[in-house]
Amino acid sequence: MIPELGHFALIIAFAISIVQSVVPLIGAAKNNTSLISIARPAALSQLLFVGLAYAALTHAFIVHDFSVLYVSQHSNLVQPLMYRISGVWGSHEGSLLLWSLILSLWTVAVAVYSRNLPEILMARVLAVMAMISTGFLSFMLFTSNPFERIFPTPLDGSELNPLLQDPGLIIHPPLLYMGYVGFSVAFAFAVAALLGGKLDATWARWSRPWTTIAWSFLTIGIALGSWWAYNELGWGGWWFWDPVENASFMPWLVGTALIHSLASTEKRGVFKSWTVLLAILAFSLSLLGTFIVRSGVLVSVHAFATDPARGVFILAFLVVVIGGSLALYAWRSATVVSFGRFQWFSRESALLLNNIIFLTAATAVFVGTMYPLVVDAFGVGKISVGRPYFDTMFSLVAVPLLLLLGIGPAVRWKGDSWARISKVLSFFFVGSLLLGLLIPFLIEDKLNITTGLGLAGALWVALTTFKDLFLRLSRGLKFPLSYLGMVLAHFGVAVFVAGVTITTTYNVEKDLRMVPGSSYNIAGYEFRFQGTRKIKGENYIADEAVIEVWSDGEKTGDLFPQKRVYSGKGNPMTDASIDKTLFRDLYAALGEELENGAWSMRVYYKPLIRWIWLGALFMTFGGVLAVSDRRYRQTAKQKINEKFSAADSPA
Amino acid sequence: MNKRSRRKVLIFAVVFGVAIATVLGLTAFEENLLYFYSPTQVKAGEAPQTHSFRVGGLVVDGSVKRAPDSLMVQFDVTDNTETMTVEYTGILPDLFREGQGIVAMGSFAAGGNFVADEVLAKHDENYMPPEVADALKAAEKAAKAKAVENQTGKI
Repeated sequence: MIPELGHFALIIAFAISIVQSVVPLIGAAKNNTSLISIARPAALSQLLFVGLAYAALTHAFIVHDFSVLYVSQHSNLVQPLMYRISGVWGSHEGSLLLWSLILSLWTVAVAVYSRNLPEILMARVLAVMAMISTGFLSFMLFTSNPFERIFPTPLDGSELNPLLQDPGLIIHPPLLYMGYVGFSVAFAFAVAALLGGKLDATWARWSRPWTTIAWSFLTIGIALGSWWAYNELGWGGWWFWDPVENASFMPWLVGTALIHSLASTEKRGVFKSWTVLLAILAFSLSLLGTFIVRSGVLVSVHAFATDPARGVFILAFLVVVIGGSLALYAWRSATVVSFGRFQWFSRESALLLNNIIFLTAATAVFVGTMYPLVVDAFGVGKISVGRPYFDTMFSLVAVPLLLLLGIGPAVRWKGDSWARISKVLSFFFVGSLLLGLLIPFLIEDKLNITTGLGLAGALWVALTTFKDLFLRLSRGLKFPLSYLGMVLAHFGVAVFVAGVTITTTYNVEKDLRMVPGSSYNIAGYEFRFQGTRKIKGENYIADEAVIEVWSDGEKTGDLFPQKRVYSGKGNPMTDASIDKTLFRDLYAALGEELENGAWSMRVYYKPLIRWIWLGALFMTFGGVLAVSDRRYRQTAKQKINEKFSAADSPA
Repeated sequence: MNKRSRRKVLIFAVVFGVAIATVLGLTAFEENLLYFYSPTQVKAGEAPQTHSFRVGGLVVDGSVKRAPDSLMVQFDVTDNTETMTVEYTGILPDLFREGQGIVAMGSFAAGGNFVADEVLAKHDENYMPPEVADALKAAEKAAKAKAVENQTGKI
């Protein structure tokens, strides 16, 4: 009964979304307040019904209602409660439902926090978001209904893919989706501005915090995905240039360009139509990402299910959203005029250069990810693009980006002199270059140019970022929270680059054959294999190896990597064991049992690998800080004050 | 330099930078394209002799042989028409099993063996790498066509 209610709630939400995407637009066109005022309650009730549907599916998972096909495919009687709740978004249908739920949440957030937005703009924004919602709800209802029943009802279900049974995976998809879907707000603002032909600094100020917070979610979501892959996939890497990773990375790259371009538009009123284009692009890539991950067109670790029947719908939806918004852009962008002027050496130029670099990077990823798909679609052959391509491209892009990151924030708006900047920064430039080259020399007693340059880049970014902060502090200058956010995020880039450089250069990876009692030495740590024992978990049994780690004659810790067999389908899975500190990780994963009690084993030494995720965390909190800036709420108060003063003053 | 010529220099620098990036990017792209071949194609000599490529198929039952003292392992991969041997040193993925569809990336070594740098088996035991599925289908089709040819030949 409850699953049917959930299905019914979805249908109602679908109907509401249609009303919400049409009526407020008519109202905005005819300037009819009563039609416009439908937008907010529609958004709220849509959230209510999507929420009900979501609750119904979660309920089915919790009470083991295997008569629901989706539940029977992704859970069983012994699956822990935590993984039954997260099982809702473990596959295609449920993750679409989560997507819709998050979209309704964002829509309601916009409805609630946009009290002082011009009503017409608000109506258009909510209508555009409802259109996206209509697309997703119809996709779910017509091709991927999560409430489909199965008869006869199985006594027990299959299971959630063991790989997905990890705490990291409980939060990774929701955060990633918060980011993806969050860009829909920026997209809706952009389309609404195109529809209205009105795009001013207020518009940028409005859409900026939404974009930044969505970007923060995406950043932390991607970082968690990387962390999960490191912990769970048992390969010890943090990024694989897997098409699905790329699918989330492309909107991030364009989103990063967008938040920087929005800064120019808000502060100086420049690059308006460019900003609008970026907003459309960022969300289009989010959509593309969502769909290619779940549709199974990509050959990837994430391709759990394939159903080409959905492909047509997906393609049509993408064409409508991307094609439609681009056509609107082509038609209306001439009405959006930028008026600010600036010299070639100015903050505006620096931000433009930032955009060029980020779009170059995004294009490189796009080509590497989509080219094999296109080739395959035309039946020319089966190809894939190797990792070295992406690595080469990103080392190329990193050089101008890191250079710019040190200079850009120091350059003034409108125009600045190169002489002034070089006087301030040349000391730091030479200093970080020398120091960066010195560090690998100290570690390995020889010059290592690439590593040295990577570290120099990290130092350069960190030093220049903090130099600016200290300068402001020492002069007693007041600065807004958004400035502090920028400092933190840029510092995060430095931490990230340092982590990547050191891990890539100095990590040690060994695949070994070990018998109980034997030991192996890497990077000054001795791994002593004591033997294996049997372990019984809630829904799996495992062979667990006991490995003592010794350093300088002292025991520093134990590692307990497991090889699990889950009770559902008997799938084996590797559970790596990691000894984590801020400066190095020791990593052990079990391969398989060989004869005579010997095991194949993987042991890693990963220096500074935590810094990669730490850097991403700094970037995330930088974004959060920036959004907390008072100025985004000040406009709200000011507007109200203005209204009151206007009402008070006698006409 | 006056402002105008400085702007020209800047624009030139950006265009030049993008051009360099494009050239380097395309080169890197070209070098890292990995083509997929089925065992039948490899046997027919279509696969590159020096360059890396990917090969896929089903692991032949009973073909997995391990070296006694190292992590070297040998197994046969088939598309049900032709079979080829893959050599790999390291830890095989969790879902590597006899009869399972796998994809191996590597190249021919000096001795003529195909040596894999990476072996991929998917995370879902019901899942077949699409390349392998297509290779199997192609092989089956070719076999059928041959059978028909033989029959018509007899008649």
